[in-house]
Amino acid sequence: MDAVYGRQAIIGDLIMENTLLSLLIWLPIMGGALVILLGNERAMTARWMSLAISILVFVMSLSLWAGFDSSTHLMQFVEKISWIAQFNIHYHLGVDGISMPLIILTTFSTTLVIAAGWEVIQKRPAHYMAAFLMMEGLIIGVFSSLDAILFYAFWEASLIPMLLIVGIWGGDNRVYAAIKFFLYTFLGSVFMLVSLIYMYNKGGSFSILDMHNLSLTAAEQAWIFWAFFMAFAVKVPMFPVHTWLPDAHVQAPTGGSVILAAIMLKMGGYGFFRFSLPITPDASLQFSDVVIALSLIAIVYIGFVALVQRDMKKLIAYSSISHMGFVTLGVFALFLAYKPDSTEGALLGLEGAMVQMISHGFISAAMFLVVGVLYDRLHSREISTYGGVINSMPKFTGFAVLFAMANAGLPGTSGFVGEFMVILGAVQANIWYAVLAATTLIVGAAYTLWMVKRVFWGKITNSAVATLDDINGREFSILTILALAVIIVGLYPQPLIEIMHSSVDHLLNQALTSKL
Amino acid sequence: MENFYLTIALSPLIGAIIAGFFGRILGRTATHTITILGVLISTVLALMVFNYHVLEQGEVFNQNLYTWMQIGGLNISVGFLVDNLTSVMLVVVSFVSLMVHIYTIGYMHNDKDYTKFFSYISLFTFSMFMLVMSNNFMQLFFGWEAVGLVSYLLIGFWHHKESAVEANLKAFLVNRVGDFGFLLGIGLVLAFSGSLDYVEVFASLNNTIGQSLWGMDLITVICLLLFVGAMGKSAQVPLHVWLPGSMEGPTPISALIHAATMVTAGIFMVSRMSPMFEMSEVALTVVMVVGAITALFMGLLGIVQNDIKKVVAYSTLSQLGYMTVALGVSAYSVAIFHLMTHAFFKALLFLGAGSVIVAMHHEQDIRKMGGLRKKMPITYWTGLIGTLALIGFPGFSGFYSKDMIIEAVHFSSLPYADWVYYAVVAGVFITAFYSFRLFFLVFHGQSRVDSHTAQHLHESPLSITLPLIMLAIPSAIIGYFTIEPMLFTGWLDNAITVDGLKHTSMHELSKLFHGATAMISHAVQTLPFWMMVGGIASAWVFSLYKTQWADWVQSTFKRTNYVLNSLYGFDRFNEIVFVNGIKKLGNILWKVSDSMVIDSMIVNGSARFIGFVGSMVRPIQTGYVYHYAFFMIFSLLIILTWTLFMGDKPLLVI
Repeated sequence: MDAVYGRQAIIGDLIMENTLLSLLIWLPIMGGALVILLGNERAMTARWMSLAISILVFVMSLSLWAGFDSSTHLMQFVEKISWIAQFNIHYHLGVDGISMPLIILTTFSTTLVIAAGWEVIQKRPAHYMAAFLMMEGLIIGVFSSLDAILFYAFWEASLIPMLLIVGIWGGDNRVYAAIKFFLYTFLGSVFMLVSLIYMYNKGGSFSILDMHNLSLTAAEQAWIFWAFFMAFAVKVPMFPVHTWLPDAHVQAPTGGSVILAAIMLKMGGYGFFRFSLPITPDASLQFSDVVIALSLIAIVYIGFVALVQRDMKKLIAYSSISHMGFVTLGVFALFLAYKPDSTEGALLGLEGAMVQMISHGFISAAMFLVVGVLYDRLHSREISTYGGVINSMPKFTGFAVLFAMANAGLPGTSGFVGEFMVILGAVQANIWYAVLAATTLIVGAAYTLWMVKRVFWGKITNSAVATLDDINGREFSILTILALAVIIVGLYPQPLIEIMHSSVDHLLNQALTSKL
Repeated sequence: MENFYLTIALSPLIGAIIAGFFGRILGRTATHTITILGVLISTVLALMVFNYHVLEQGEVFNQNLYTWMQIGGLNISVGFLVDNLTSVMLVVVSFVSLMVHIYTIGYMHNDKDYTKFFSYISLFTFSMFMLVMSNNFMQLFFGWEAVGLVSYLLIGFWHHKESAVEANLKAFLVNRVGDFGFLLGIGLVLAFSGSLDYVEVFASLNNTIGQSLWGMDLITVICLLLFVGAMGKSAQVPLHVWLPGSMEGPTPISALIHAATMVTAGIFMVSRMSPMFEMSEVALTVVMVVGAITALFMGLLGIVQNDIKKVVAYSTLSQLGYMTVALGVSAYSVAIFHLMTHAFFKALLFLGAGSVIVAMHHEQDIRKMGGLRKKMPITYWTGLIGTLALIGFPGFSGFYSKDMIIEAVHFSSLPYADWVYYAVVAGVFITAFYSFRLFFLVFHGQSRVDSHTAQHLHESPLSITLPLIMLAIPSAIIGYFTIEPMLFTGWLDNAITVDGLKHTSMHELSKLFHGATAMISHAVQTLPFWMMVGGIASAWVFSLYKTQWADWVQSTFKRTNYVLNSLYGFDRFNEIVFVNGIKKLGNILWKVSDSMVIDSMIVNGSARFIGFVGSMVRPIQTGYVYHYAFFMIFSLLIILTWTLFMGDKPLLVI
């Protein structure tokens, strides 16, 4: 049990129990710097080195899982050093069952993205790889920070590599998309900074865990709730602040889209778990109706919008928004789903939201990679360019159909688990929530499989499609790994749920305990 | 015991995996040997399970294999419940699947994706086993959707055909409409019982008493939602539209999936949930009426079809309607009985049709056939057995099951049961008519086969005729031997609950029943028998004796003919309202709401607004020092004045 530190034990003390988290943050950042130093001329070395670093980081992040004690909600792998003493700001890291899976998702996705960009990226390859490595470190920083200022620093810093990735390696309209992305997310998070400073003024500490216990009036909670909401809703993204995402995805290179969808969106969801619910429980309860309404709009409305897209990446981007609606629905349905004699309804929503985040990480990554494989070959994202791809790329089609089915929430894939849990939880909150959310069963299948039909089935109409080469060994390995992840979580989600259970249970108590 | 059941499920899965991933390396013979071996193992074990549970009255097996997820007190597991109902389903599924596997060797031997096809049908068999052996709703849903997936893949197996890939999309989406209801029903089950395990759910059914939702009893809502799922899978009106389209797939899967097994999953599910449906008169009435509509009106469509597979498909829809009617009148065991006999004779008919199609070089229009009797004797005789079983000719298996359904409706006290009775009796005439129309047009009369095909016309190889013979045997006799134990002496008692006080059909039936032989001798005194004879006679007149009469009827009753040929307009309605309507809605939401209002007006609008403010403020930044000095002094003046006159009140409150 020496991996575990109670909250009381760490206040005021400097702790360096384990440097694993620091390594996970700084190794890829330093590694990225090194890759830049190698320069674009030595592209092959840069690629191999980036891959080696990302694999090393991934393996190291697995030891988080191995050493994790899932019987407690307390922070683990804690590091705490004074950083800016006069403002009581600490370099304070730690993970629980909510952040740990997201960190592993980050290291996992980064490895795949680096492999996926291998010979595809010819423009400044070393810089490309370095940007992803640095972003990996920064995002791990977001998920493991326990000090609000440190969190904010990582949160904003992680925008920069993504901005560059879209802005340098993106499509024709990349500058518009990059700036839109940056302004949207930056504006959202400025309000978060204000409320963090406000809470520091009131409680004298930037520790997120202290903020959880800070007593706040209803009015203060409302202000803070909406300030956070601005930051997180843009990231998720929730309706109506979602319009940056389709643009960013369409313009971003494949790797950028993968990281954006698989991880960056999860930062918003994570924010609701780590900040909104425990810091402003009463405001969360008060405004849960609004958030649920927005989530349901995202699920239904965005589903219809996805249906009519002609650009594959846009379609998947809209589908991402729709799927992320399940995350916010699951989180905020807890207040209505909770019954004193049985917490299962609320837990299904919360844990379903977590599972949905992880699963969406796999599936959206896979879907964007699938589009990337086609784009690399024909340089078109238009659905109408394709048709009958199965004839020239049978192996690839097998993967694409599997991931499409996962995207449509087929049982046996991870896509089913989260949606199933959230819908079951939503039934207990309000049957109409469930009715609206469950329409995704039809609409989600419609837009995904209709795309599959137009791209993969049928006769070849475009002669260029006939000459396509099936996936090579590298692409095959990447897609196989993702396929295994999707199926394993689908068939046996229990280990994932077990990891997060104590933390989510604790969060549920926090959310249900009034601060007034 | 656990491993025993696990082997049943896993051996086809292993076959599917080997065939799917290594089929090309292993070659055709090895692939089909492995998959057939896998299904053969399942079949043998299924027979042993049947022997243990049904014949020896062994104990019900109910055990979880592993915890899928544990949330608080809620445990969702993967596990097996094997009782007599499951045993019957296992035998039916594994036997038909085995026959179809063997048949595929002959039917698909020219196909380039031969090994893939074997992989899919073995995967289907696994999914179907998981569905029928499940002991909880989650796994039921898993199997439910997994069979849907395989169905999707197999309907679109010939993916170069545009019609095939249209049909598989349609099939999947229409099934998803059903699953939408099904999933909500499962959600409500969890909400009232706190569990998804069948046994625990059935034990806590009393929780629902007195609760209501949407102006109905809670249990009624749950049953109706679950039934929506059954309507999708078992193709009941109005969710039947996908089944005729599914005929685009290769014929072996039409037999296995779209006739014998998958489409009966809805029937199986409602029977499994009999404790719930028994609590709601409203739900049972809806089930019965929907079934009757399907039985009658889909049968009528069978009359005007000219595609050999489409005729059999509409007959499948109609027969599924009969099973659903039986469920509605609480004769669950009769529904399962008809499910079983239908699985044999309908698989036989489809495989027979496939045999004809192969011989005809993939010509499916029955107007271009005729006189095949001499050329294809085995297909002819087995086809005759299948047809007689389908129309319920006394002694054949379908006779017992269909007669029992009609009698059960007769005894039902549900509202509208009298109307439903007329519908199912009329259905007998229609069934006999279209079945023998098909039979006469294909096998009898003048040959209308084109000369090139006629030269090559011959009986199919053994791999095709053997399954026909093997299926013809149960089609002929199984009803005679199983009607008494299955319906009246308790084969299914440990799986099916009937509220005997309220729903007396089964009780009345048992009073009437005096043995299988007696039923044959009494048949001539019953109305359905004469309806059937009338149907055969009419079919003979119209398709052999006076074929011009058929044309006369068609031209005289134009309007009826139009309605039937347009399939009651369901497809057009769906096309206009759902497909185009939703595309329009999507476009409006995208172009107007998303792109124009949110993006152009609000997002880029605020960017322009800031630009506008900037342009307004820009002239102030003149660069002249005296302008800045003026502003500074002016502002200072305001601040000073404020402090002087307003004391310690702050100028700005932040």
